[in-house]
Order: sequence, then C-alpha cells, then structure tokens
Amino acid sequence: MMGTVAIPPFETFYVEHSSEVLGLLRRKLGRDRADDAFQETFLRALRAYDRLDHGEHLRAWVLTIASRVAIDVHRRTKPTAEMPEVQHEDTRPAYEDLGELTDGLPPKERAAVVLRYGYDLTYDQIAAVLDSSPDAARQAASTGVRRLRKEARP
Amino acid sequence: MTVPTELDRRFRDAAARSGLLDAGYDLVESPVGQLLVAAGDRGILRISFDANVEQHLEWLSRMAGRSVLRSPRQVDGVRRELDEYFEGRRHAFDLAVDLRGVTPFTERVLRELALIPFGETATYAELAARAGNPKAARAVGMTMNRNRIPIVLPCHRVIGANGSLVGYAGGLERKVALLRLEGVLL
Repeated sequence: MMGTVAIPPFETFYVEHSSEVLGLLRRKLGRDRADDAFQETFLRALRAYDRLDHGEHLRAWVLTIASRVAIDVHRRTKPTAEMPEVQHEDTRPAYEDLGELTDGLPPKERAAVVLRYGYDLTYDQIAAVLDSSPDAARQAASTGVRRLRKEARP
Repeated sequence: MTVPTELDRRFRDAAARSGLLDAGYDLVESPVGQLLVAAGDRGILRISFDANVEQHLEWLSRMAGRSVLRSPRQVDGVRRELDEYFEGRRHAFDLAVDLRGVTPFTERVLRELALIPFGETATYAELAARAGNPKAARAVGMTMNRNRIPIVLPCHRVIGANGSLVGYAGGLERKVALLRLEGVLL
C-alpha cells in the first residue's frame, strides 16, 4: 500500500472542495440551477464515498461528478438540445492532454477514458462517477480507446 | 467563492435524510459548555466536552466509517433531549447509544450506569457489584473516565465511598454543576 493517500473523513473532503464545485456548477448552469446541482453532486459523492480505494485525485473525481450532474441537468431542462460539451476547468497536464485528445468522444466514453488513463481511477470509482456499473465503465473506456485508435490512424 | 450558508445547510440536511452518513455531528450549546455530539443510525456515538473537532473526526471515521459529516439534523433528537435535561424538564433519556468496540465488561458497567436514576448516586464499588464484579471498583473508575457518552450515560452520578466526588473526565467543576442541576448537591 506504499504511496496510497488516505481517504479523509467526508467532512474534510466536502469543506475542501465545496466552493470549487459550486463555482464550476455556476459557470455551467447559472446561479439558480447550480444550487440543486450542488446538492446532487455531493450526494452522489457521498453515495460512492465508502467505495473509494484511495484518496488520490479526489478533486478531479468530484469535479467530474459535478460535470456529469451538470450534463444531466442540461438534459432534463433541454430534452431536445444536443448534449453539451463537457468543459474541463482542470489544469493538470495529463488531464489536459487527454482532454484535448478525447474531445471528439461521446461524453461517457470520454469521461471513462480520462478518469482511467488521466487520473488512474479504478473502474469501481469511475462507475460511481458515471452512475453505472464497473463493467459498463470498463466497456466505455475500452470503446473510447478503440475509437481514438481508429481516429489516430492516418 | 464561499458556499452560501443556506445552501450548505440544505446539503447537510439532505445528507442526514439520505441515510448515507456513517455518523453526523454538531456542536451543541449547554450550561456546562459547548458539547460535541455525534450519532449514527444505531445511536449516539460520542458526547464530548472537548469541542476540538479535528480529533473527533478522525476517531469517528475510524469507529463508524469515513462518511462523517457535520449535520445538525442528524443530532436533532439528542440536542432536544439534552436541552430538556438542562432545563430541568427531563429526568431520563430516551436515546439509543452505540457502544460498538467496547469490551463486554465495559458494556455491562455502562448498562448498569444508565440505570442510576436522575438525582441519585452510586459508589464505584456499588456499580462494580451491579455489573457482577464487586472487586472491580478501580476498573469501574477507569470505565467512567473513558465514558464516550457522558451526561446521557450518567458517570457524574458515580462517587467515592466516602461521599467525595473523586474525579470527572470533563473536569470536576462540570460534575459539580450536573449534580447541582439534579439536586444532589446544593
């Protein structure tokens, strides 16, 4: 277990990331819709919290949950609109590179690829973020990677 | 950007209602000072005179699970009964206590302790005898000293054989205050 970062009590995690999450949601959704999305984001995080294996990348993890919630809110409020692009505010290099590289992928595949290879999250953790099963997360990541390979071919 | 108080409170309420918390806690004002109160779905985990939250967070996380959040709603029932007790309107608590992790002896002692009525006292030796081990007065003293749930589990009602107050983990002045409240001391 060398190098494993301990998972803090949820209170510590919440206090550390709540304002950044709210900022991101307000930029994506506006002030009114951001409030409900804020609660939904941290309830989803709470639901998944006891399944986390380590405390690394918690910031990326919760920002990704927030992005997913924002997409769901968009879907609910504009059912006919095209799915909005996930806009990542993160500045971590691995994430940024992958972010650009995966720009063309469908949101679920993109999220799975970035979380798996950009942040090294387990499929269990990714499943929690995407509100699906570990198998579905694995599937999404591998489909995404296959699609990227196909696109990269000259 | 700071999270507005109202929004923060709404989430902490929703978290308590969701049933997802391993433990919720809050700071509760009382005549014997601020109390940290923590409860999970099996009952009260901790009442402490030491409001140093950081240290309690670690302990609660280890004891109950890492989904620990400050949530006034989660301890509403405890707060209400404590308020009533301090106002003199409640003589017995109707609250579950979560004693996970204690030894069988400690649990027996604490169960007996809970039976000492409001306004009465017992000696360490008496409590030891009631718990089935008359010679264990010293161990009972230790158990009182480490009581995780003071006030509700009334270790302030346990005194020395000669009537002296002996000691109290929360400080002797609090033991005196509680016994005065109950009319044991003038």
